[in-house]
Amino acid sequence: MLAPISFLLLVTLSPPQDVMARDRPNDNGKEISVFWSPSGDTGVTSYRILRQTEGQQSWDTVGMVGRLARSYADTDVEDGVRYRYVVLAASETETAESEPSDYAVSTPQWFDTDRIPALFGVAIFTFLIVLATNLARRNRNLFIRRISGLDAVEEALGRATEMGRPILYVPGLSSIADVATIASLNILGEVAKKTAKFGTPLMVPLRDPIVYTVAREVVKESYTTAGRPDAFSQDMVFFVTTQQFAYAAACNGIMVRDRPATNFFIGMFWAESLILAETGATTGAIQIAGSDAIHQLPFFITACDYTLIGEELYAASAYLSREPLLLGSIKGQDYSKIVILTVIVLGTMLALLANVQVLDWFRSIR
Amino acid sequence: MKRRIPLILVLVLGIFAAIAFVVPHPSVRGVDDVMRNDVLRIIGAFSLVLGVGSIIRHHYMKIKRKAEHWPYSWVTLSTLVVSAILGLFGGIDPNAPGVLFRAGGVGQFLSNFHMQTLYDNIMVPLAATMFALLAFFMASAAYRAFRARNLEATLLLVAAFVLMLGAVPLGRMLIKPLPAFAEWILTVPNTAAKRGIMFGVGLGTIATSLKIILGIERGWLGGGGS
Repeated sequence: MLAPISFLLLVTLSPPQDVMARDRPNDNGKEISVFWSPSGDTGVTSYRILRQTEGQQSWDTVGMVGRLARSYADTDVEDGVRYRYVVLAASETETAESEPSDYAVSTPQWFDTDRIPALFGVAIFTFLIVLATNLARRNRNLFIRRISGLDAVEEALGRATEMGRPILYVPGLSSIADVATIASLNILGEVAKKTAKFGTPLMVPLRDPIVYTVAREVVKESYTTAGRPDAFSQDMVFFVTTQQFAYAAACNGIMVRDRPATNFFIGMFWAESLILAETGATTGAIQIAGSDAIHQLPFFITACDYTLIGEELYAASAYLSREPLLLGSIKGQDYSKIVILTVIVLGTMLALLANVQVLDWFRSIR
Repeated sequence: MKRRIPLILVLVLGIFAAIAFVVPHPSVRGVDDVMRNDVLRIIGAFSLVLGVGSIIRHHYMKIKRKAEHWPYSWVTLSTLVVSAILGLFGGIDPNAPGVLFRAGGVGQFLSNFHMQTLYDNIMVPLAATMFALLAFFMASAAYRAFRARNLEATLLLVAAFVLMLGAVPLGRMLIKPLPAFAEWILTVPNTAAKRGIMFGVGLGTIATSLKIILGIERGWLGGGGS
């Protein structure tokens, strides 16, 4: 008697419905998304996804997902080949198979439509930057608000020169692919020009070997531009290690042993930010920090004399060099911020008004 | 020419990267991936040689000049040499011994000092020690921050006090709405300030990239804006 009962149980589990297979949009191919409506039974524990290639008889299991899943991404497909899918609902004791989906073909796309808003935003921003840069060509007296951390650079360098002590410049721990590192190297160029002018010893320990080669060239070129190529020494810019805390220990050692009069911590930092900044503070050095790492900024603000916050890091090289074209780009950023703020304010007002009865009047006049 | 070639390379590759952002087709994205991963790795490998050269030169010069604390340079150089020998000829771990450890005698003894063993027993504890020091640095930084020297420091002190008190049961016991107020500080003014900074960072990142691609910013070439 048991056999007919278990047979009855096998056919009672309802299968998943409306199984659809589609090429994943906006991708580089090799992926088909499978969607389904869940089985109505609460006893379903998982779904198994089976695939059949056109022209073949066999069905292969390509994946298994939990009972709450409603889709599956099959990333093991060939572009241009037609596949169809079946979803199998499984409980502890039985399974139920859906109807097969229609055939789907994976193809790579030439344009990612999901990125149109980002492209549109960047286009507007680029236009504003180019516009402001062109305006800067005509009007060379652009007003840029004072950034105290950058105003202090000259004073800090002068102090180091008077004391006859070196300057330590740490351009962050990130790679050259990080824009904060490039911004830091731009500032290093300006700082190096000033140290060349004052004849102040400069020390630039580095963590990334690529950043090391770029930083060395930046400092070398800056000394040449400042008319002091003879004052440049290969020893100024040196590679230390790729290990995060070993690098922090090395920088701490430099601060404690060589007692630099000024420490620059500008770039991308992680957990070592406070270790560096606190050690520098105990040595009595003037400290100028700058980072776009939001979580490290409070540490720098606490332990350093001046901190470049976020965008100030990117404005620094323009501010220090006073190049009209670079200053123009800062103006461009300001115009963009006005656009963003206007959109935020308008969006907030509309979101607030959405729940207000007065909008019914607008709806009524349609 | 020395400056023009890097500028042209940056312009071409920068525009290509921007195109690859919106074109997912493998013919474009594939090249982009190769540039970002393989080419960068190859450049990294070459620059690592320069980096090692820099370490050797830096410490050799210190020893040669008998600069202050020069004995430490011996420690660095000898560690570098030992690590390089173990890494090159000793294999990574006991499961994959190199030439050095396949021999008997001294090689057998040295097999206790595989690269991975050294890393696990020296580098990891040292890094953990440095990380642990953060707790002490945090305490001293907190002391420095909480001295109400000016308005900003006072605000910081008050906000931190409210947040800390709101996070412990005592705060709720003393003032019932304190945890909710602490949460509000964290989620509203704090998030607003963070987002403001993030907007600036985002715009600054795009602006810096644009300036570099268009050749307006040449500081990375050491030549400023000239």
